[in-house]
Amino acid sequence: MNFDMGAYGAYIWPAYGISALAILGAIAWALAAWRRAKAKLAALEKMTPIK
Amino acid sequence: MNVLFRYANPHEFMRLSGAVLPFIAISTALCFAIGLYLGFSVPPDYQQGTTVTLMFIHVPADVVAELAYGAIAVCSLLSLVWRHPLADIAARAAAPLGALFTALAIITGALWGKPMWGTYWVWDARLTSFLLLLFLYLGYMALWNAMEDETRAARACSILALIGLADIPIIKFSVDWWNTLHQGESIMSGKIATVYLAPLLIMMLGYALLFLTLWMVRIRTAVLERRARTLMREAAS
Repeated sequence: MNFDMGAYGAYIWPAYGISALAILGAIAWALAAWRRAKAKLAALEKMTPIK
Repeated sequence: MNVLFRYANPHEFMRLSGAVLPFIAISTALCFAIGLYLGFSVPPDYQQGTTVTLMFIHVPADVVAELAYGAIAVCSLLSLVWRHPLADIAARAAAPLGALFTALAIITGALWGKPMWGTYWVWDARLTSFLLLLFLYLGYMALWNAMEDETRAARACSILALIGLADIPIIKFSVDWWNTLHQGESIMSGKIATVYLAPLLIMMLGYALLFLTLWMVRIRTAVLERRARTLMREAAS
């Protein structure tokens, strides 16, 4: 593998960095929302008697 | 269509998506690992130099941004014609992801444009129609949030999404219809050497699977949120 991008590294690494941050952020955001929704539903199901 | 409706049932969707999601997530990670390994092993291009490595994140983001819009349009059609509740949830869940990939395609494209074209941005047909896609996503999300009645919001958003679909062929064919600084189509026409094509296709698959993974997680989340809202309404009545 070659990570020496020469003078173009000033454009390449920010692009990869922004993409990685955005993708990891989207994954973390989606998982956090899932966990929140699951916890909220579990709490409500406990509180609400089954009809 | 019956098969589609069977699995579009929220209960069936939760069961099926829960079973396939780990496999799709693992496939996504594998595609990224292999794609990045191959992408950082390519020799510099004779014209683009090392900036060719930007293609491995720019083109997949571009393709998935359009794919996500296509997914919204299909769900919107299902929502308008068959009034399927999961179609609305799916369309709404895809929009922020589509907007994210559109923004990434614009940013990575600009960072490629500066060293290659000498500018981050030009108002050529490809770039402008692609920027319009970002505005369509933002408008779609704003419309969803602006209306309190979910049924009316779903209907209005579906119509907006289907009208906005006209932008997709404009983006695709803009490089043929007008003289653009953006280069023409090069994947289907076989103009890319295999050494660059392999990481590009693997990264495209990786981005598509990433979208699918996040989309499914967001739909599943929205289904749980809807169940929670129903329980709260029942408890209040």
